[in-house]
Order: sequence, then structure tokens, then C-alpha cells
Amino acid sequence: MSTFFNLSFRFKIPLWGSALILVTAGSVGLALTFRAYHDLHQDLLISADSLGRTLSKTLFPVMLHDNVWRAYEIINASSYNATPTSPVQASALVLLDRQGRVYVSTRPYGYPMLANLRQLGPGYGGLAEKLPRIGAGATRSFDLEKSNQIVVAAPVGEGPKRLGTLLIFYSKTVFVPRFRAIVTRAGGITLLILAILLPINWYWGRRMALPLMQLSSRMGEIGTRIPDPLDPAIYPYRDELGELFTAFGEMVMALREGERLKDDMVQSQRLAAVGRLAAGIAHEINNPLAGMLTAVDTLKQRPGVDPRVMKTIGLLERGLMQIRDTVQALLVDARAMDRLLAPSDIEDMRMLLQPQLSKKGLSLKCYSDLKGEIALPATYVRQIVINLLLNAAQAAREGGQIACAIAPATGWLCISVANTGAPLTERQMARLFEPFATTKETGHGLGLWVTYQIVQQLGGNITAENRSDTVRFVVQLPLGHPS
Amino acid sequence: MTPAFLNNQYGLLADWRVYLEKRLGRRVAFVERDRYRATMDLLRLGKLDFAWVCDYPYVYLRKRNQARLLAVPYSKGRSGYRAYLIVPARDTHTRSLLQLKNKVFAYADPYSNSGYLVPRYQLHEIGDNPGTFFKRTFFTYSHRNAIEAVAAGVAQGASVDSFVWDSLAKIQPQITARTRIVSRSPEYGFPPFVASRAASDRDFAAMRKVLLGMNHDARGIALLRRLNLDGFKIGDPATYGAVADMMNAMGGR
Repeated sequence: MSTFFNLSFRFKIPLWGSALILVTAGSVGLALTFRAYHDLHQDLLISADSLGRTLSKTLFPVMLHDNVWRAYEIINASSYNATPTSPVQASALVLLDRQGRVYVSTRPYGYPMLANLRQLGPGYGGLAEKLPRIGAGATRSFDLEKSNQIVVAAPVGEGPKRLGTLLIFYSKTVFVPRFRAIVTRAGGITLLILAILLPINWYWGRRMALPLMQLSSRMGEIGTRIPDPLDPAIYPYRDELGELFTAFGEMVMALREGERLKDDMVQSQRLAAVGRLAAGIAHEINNPLAGMLTAVDTLKQRPGVDPRVMKTIGLLERGLMQIRDTVQALLVDARAMDRLLAPSDIEDMRMLLQPQLSKKGLSLKCYSDLKGEIALPATYVRQIVINLLLNAAQAAREGGQIACAIAPATGWLCISVANTGAPLTERQMARLFEPFATTKETGHGLGLWVTYQIVQQLGGNITAENRSDTVRFVVQLPLGHPS
Repeated sequence: MTPAFLNNQYGLLADWRVYLEKRLGRRVAFVERDRYRATMDLLRLGKLDFAWVCDYPYVYLRKRNQARLLAVPYSKGRSGYRAYLIVPARDTHTRSLLQLKNKVFAYADPYSNSGYLVPRYQLHEIGDNPGTFFKRTFFTYSHRNAIEAVAAGVAQGASVDSFVWDSLAKIQPQITARTRIVSRSPEYGFPPFVASRAASDRDFAAMRKVLLGMNHDARGIALLRRLNLDGFKIGDPATYGAVADMMNAMGGR
């Protein structure tokens, strides 16, 4: 039984509905059938009562004169007055004399003349007991025991003088044809109703179950991942189920927002920590490095240095210079005041990037809405754009395209750089702005780190996103940064 | 008219009445009674001129000088008929009246020859008491009803007029088919047409002439065919001697 209750709503709702419809249709059908049977039975008793009263009056003088044949003619004519399809066709009429013996009957072979009623069969003894108790002018009906017959008994007599009893036998099977017709008709109507209701029920059940099933499957995903939102077209109504849908949608949105905020927070905290670490290390390195470079420089100025030593000094100097460059790159400082960004700065970019572009046969489209100077430090913005374009050029496939758009808005400058190429993976996306996080063989992986640091220091934000077949970086910088 | 023939053919009687009126040139009325006794009383009281009765009423009335023989019908050339002892067709073992002891027996009429006198006389002849031989007897007041009583199984035996049984077998064979003839009695004089003392000699002669002439015209022949008769002839009262003998043997009346 519990197996049934564990079934999916998809089956349970239609099954329950069907069961209810069947039970209802069945009960109504049964009630009508029972009613029809009762009516048939009642019709029979009324008709038999009337027949019994009429015949007993007619038979009285006939029996009084002992006219057996006339009595036979009377009861025989009465037994044929019903049509064969009428349910009130008597199966036999039996006239009993005062001693309870058959006076005459319409079925002489079943109820032969002078046969004692008690000896006619098992149920007849009980019947014979009851007959004398019927008052004059009344009729009584009995179910004949151990047979499927109904007997209506009408005493033949006038006043206290009683000559005998008329028994009218009805077989209960006389109901069968008419009863069958009623049942067939009721069954037909029931089937018609079922034929209409069951498909409606099935459709309705599915309609109810499908949204529930989808909701249930999506709910099951919570815990492992944030589920996709539900298609609102599946259940566009405003009932409890509809509210459940809306609530689920809101919950999914809230979960996603929370997840996104958490990710952003974690990433910016990590980047901030890395930035502090890098800056700390750079400062610690910078002081001895400056001393070392000064010492190397002094050493170089000294005359008469052995050329082999001089070669080593050169090696040292180049190594130290590389360290300085690297440290310099890590130590981004965009706070120094600079000249303002002008449209010519943007136009320079193409020229600066030309070697990189032609190497891979890339095409660059640059759109700039910049009309005049804008309140942003030119050097840093140039560095941001160049870094992004270089990054795009490296990521783009051979012969690919790069698009750059620079659009000032009220209080903001929006820079967007897109390139055709493979989309960024989740993993790449998570570590995009960390130093040395490059996936490429060339480059030291500091370009985006530096860009991120500059954007942070200018109070803006940078995001990367995968478009259909392009990867796009968008930088938003607030104008008039107090640097 | 009495149930000495198939007297419930009312259309036939109406046609016959029209025929007689035309031939006699006067009004004719048929008076029908089921019981022979009723017809006999009407004859005795002079309420009827002529009647078609059974042998027994004729012999009874003649003995009292209350009727004279008018004409006797004949069928298939014979002016005689028999009593058929019949049982239901499903009774296949009964071979004689004796096997009907303690059974239910239907008589036609207490004044019927074939339907009452004959079986009782047969029992009397073999020394049985006809009053106690059967378990139950009842009167149906016509041969046709007696045949129906046996066909339906209400009675387990009956003695009936062969003329009625044969006529019914032609008209409604489904009834006679449910009966079986066990034995046939010797031949008796055909149920005769009689005249009461009320009938004048002129009427007697006119009526006899019309009846005897029926088989000479087409309409008469058609009516005779429907009556299952060939014609009428002047009968001989001596033909009914056997019935008179039986009547005397059974107590006379």
C-alpha cells in the first residue's frame, strides 16, 4: 500500500481522480439500479394486489358453484393479460380450496389438481402456515423460501365465508430482461460520463503534477548546486502552486545573488591580500635593491676593472634590473598626479599595438566617443587599455578580431575590450586577476594584475565575461578621481 | 344451438341464419345455451321450435314425448359419430379408460352422450362405480372445452364427441395436437336436429325441406363445408336405440 502512496503525483493524482470518478459513477449507477429494481418490485406488487382483489371477487361465485372449468378459464385468461415483456407477467396462478389443496391452476403439471400445497416443494410448507392469517379482502405477498419466486396471496371469500385462496406466482426472473435493459442503459451512460471525465481528469492531473515534479526535482538540486529557475510558462496561475513557483524563483535569485556576492568578496579579499603581500615584499626588496644597484654602478665607474669582472658586473646589473622591473610592476601606484586623458591617447593605441596585431593577423576595431579631455589620469588609462588589448591579442585565435570601445557616460568612463577566441573556464575566471596566473607560455602573467590594481586604485571595477564566441573585459572608471 | 357442434363459430352462425331466413322467408333467431339442460328446458316449455342437440337430450325428450326428430346431419357419408377417449399428448402410456383410475376426468355435460354417458356406461359395464372411479371430475359444458382441458393438462382424460374433435382438428389443429385419442367408442346416431311440440307441422316441413336441400345450392354447400358436414337427411329414431339402452342401464332419468 505504501508503494502506492510513494508513487509520483504524475500517477497518483490521475489515479486518485480516476478512482474517485469510478467510485462515484459506480455508486450512482448502483443506487439507480437498486431504485429501478425496487420500482419493478413495487410495480409487481401493486399489479398483483389489484389482480388478486379482482379475481378473488370473480372466483367466489364460481367456487361456490364448484365450477372448476370456469375457474380455470378465469385464472388462465388473467395469466395472459400481461404482455411478455411486461414485468408483471405471472408465472402461475393457483387456486386453493379450503383444505389448502389445489382446486385448479394455470400450470396443471406443476400444481396438479387436489395436490396438497405443503407437498409441492420445500418452501410451500411455510407459505401454507401463513395463508389462513390473511384477512378477508386483503392481499399479502411472500418471498417463497428456497426458490426465486414471489407469491401474492388473495383469499377468496365473502365476509366470514372463505372458499379458498388465490396464489399468484411471479418468478423474480421476470425482472431480468427489463432489469438488464435498465442496467445496460445506466452502464452506457456511466461509460459515456467516464469517457468524458477520465481524459479531463488525466489532463488535469498531469497539469497539476508536472509543475510539482519540476519544482521537486529543482529543490533536490539545492545543496549540490544552485538550481536553474523554473519556466514560468509551465504554471502561470496565481493559486498556491503559482505562489510556490514565485517563491521558488525568488529563492533561486536570492541564492544566486548571495553566491555571487560571496565569490566577489572572496576574490577581492584575496586580491587585496595578495596586493598587500606583493607591495610589502616589493618595498622590502626595493631598499636593498637600490643599494645593490648603486654599488654595481659605482663598481662599473671604477677604472681598471678586469674585463672578466666587468662581464660579471654586467650580468649582476641586468639581473638586478630585471628584479627591479618585476618589483616595479608588482608595485602599482596610480596615485601620482598625471595629465588628463585626451582623445589622442586612444588614437596612439593602434600604433603601439600594430606589431602584436600583424604578427597574428588580427584586426582591431576601435570605437571612441571621447570628444575632449576627461578627468582621468592619461598614463594609467593608457596602461589599462594597452594591457587589455595585449591580453586580447594573446588570447585571440590567428586571424581573429579584437574590438575596443571607449564610452564616457555621466560620471563614468566605460572601456570594453572583446576578442574572438576560446571562452574562459571557471578556473581561469576565478584566478584571472591574480599575479603570475597566466595560462600562456609567453608573458609573466602580471598584465591583468596590474590592470586590476590600477582600476582598484582609481576606484573603478573590472569584470570579465564569456559571450557567445568572444571574451569581453569591461572596465568602469569614475570620473574626477581624487588622485 | 347447443355445444353438440363447435358452437363458438359466431360468424358461421350469423351466415347460416341469413341463409335460413332467405330460404324460409321469415325471421330466424338462434338461441344459444351452453348447458344441454337449458336448451332442453326451453324445448320442453315450447320456447324453441327447433334445436340441434346431442343424442342423450333427444332420447330423454322423446321418451317424454317432448321432441321429434327433424333431420340428421351426415359427414363423409355417415350419419354416425363416436366418443373419443382423449388424454394429454404427453401422456404416452394410457391405453384404456381403466388406466385413468384416480385421475382427474373432464365431462362435457351431464346430458351429453359421448361426453358423459358413454364413459360412465363403459365403467358400469366392467363393474366399476363411475362415481368413485375418478379422483375428481368436473363439467366443462362443451366438448371443445373438454378438449382444451385435456390439452392444457387440467384434466388427465375426457370423452368427447368425434365430430367436434375432428372439426376442431381442422380449424385449430394446435389444440387437438396436444391431445391423444386413446380409444374410439362404437358408432352412435349423429347429434340430431329436433322439433319441439311448439313447432307447427308447416314449419316442421319447411325447416326439414330447407335443411335437406342445403347440399343442393352453392351457399348451402359452403355453409355445410364450414360446419364440417356433407348434408342432412331424414333420420330414423331407431338409430338412437343404443343411447336409449345405455340411458336405461345407467338409471333411466
